[in-house]
Amino acid sequence: MADIKKQKRIRKTVQAVWGIVTNSYLKGFAEGGIYDGALKKFCVPGMNCYSCPGALGACPIGALQAVLGGRHGKFAFYVIGWLAMAGLIAGRFVCGWFCLFGLFQELLYKIPLPKTNVPDRLDKALRYLKYIMLFLLVIILPFALHGEPYFCKFICPVGTLEGGIPLVMLNKGLRSAIGLLFKLKFFLLVLCIISSVFIYRPFCRYICPLGAFYALFQRVSFIRMSFDGEKCIHCGACARACQMKVDPVKTPNSCECIRCGECVSACPKSALGLGICKGSDKIIAEQE
Amino acid sequence: MTNKKLTAVLFVAAALMCLYGAYSGETETVYQKAANICMECIGIG
Repeated sequence: MADIKKQKRIRKTVQAVWGIVTNSYLKGFAEGGIYDGALKKFCVPGMNCYSCPGALGACPIGALQAVLGGRHGKFAFYVIGWLAMAGLIAGRFVCGWFCLFGLFQELLYKIPLPKTNVPDRLDKALRYLKYIMLFLLVIILPFALHGEPYFCKFICPVGTLEGGIPLVMLNKGLRSAIGLLFKLKFFLLVLCIISSVFIYRPFCRYICPLGAFYALFQRVSFIRMSFDGEKCIHCGACARACQMKVDPVKTPNSCECIRCGECVSACPKSALGLGICKGSDKIIAEQE
Repeated sequence: MTNKKLTAVLFVAAALMCLYGAYSGETETVYQKAANICMECIGIG
């Protein structure tokens, strides 16, 4: 129990420090503008709107849509290569440890109100939504229509929270330009906030295209989960500890696992591990 | 092929993609978008 608490504290600290460091352009908050230095050429690994007044790096999902939509039919080698590198190193470990919006949802989930258990069939179906977001709104539409960043424009609550609200509050010119689109995005953010109080990380589970991209690398990434069947006593402590509803015994490297490590701390027999190139060295198709 | 070797091969391919993209000027497109307020992202444009 002490292990789980300590592990949770360490992860929250890493998430918070990462969020502060990557959003530390204080002048942006003071003046209602954004950072425009050379660091903006580089993407951060997690969801982080580049129009946040404090943001030092570029949002990978925004950058992907900008390149696919703005270079007239050219492929996005730089952003996809960068995202693939991050995915191959860590998979969804990024979601669990280096995403500020993930931390935001986790803090909302701490509000002491009754929690909702999404029925299994609905939960399973909704999880495919994030792949639709990735392939349709982030890749296919911007690429095919050479235009708008559809996910950012019509869906992304991260942009509204980190960019829209602070900029509108700080910048009079932007405040006067608010219209229907802002209200729609604000409504989606409120929906996301309310559902986060009752469901653990709903945006990450069902909507996030970046999580969907990293999920593709879960089984081949350098950082991964391992399971030792000989040590396991089938007590179910790991599955009970998992807030993402993964059973680490059946699928230690499930596409839904954000590698928070809580199952590892919960295991009384150290049958689970999280580390670099842990587990089987053979490619094994895990059953969902 | 073992998992480690596959990961290493894919990683090298991804790194080469990233370098080629940077060489062909994609970083400038990313910079242009990221260094200016993205009206679509904040719900205004």
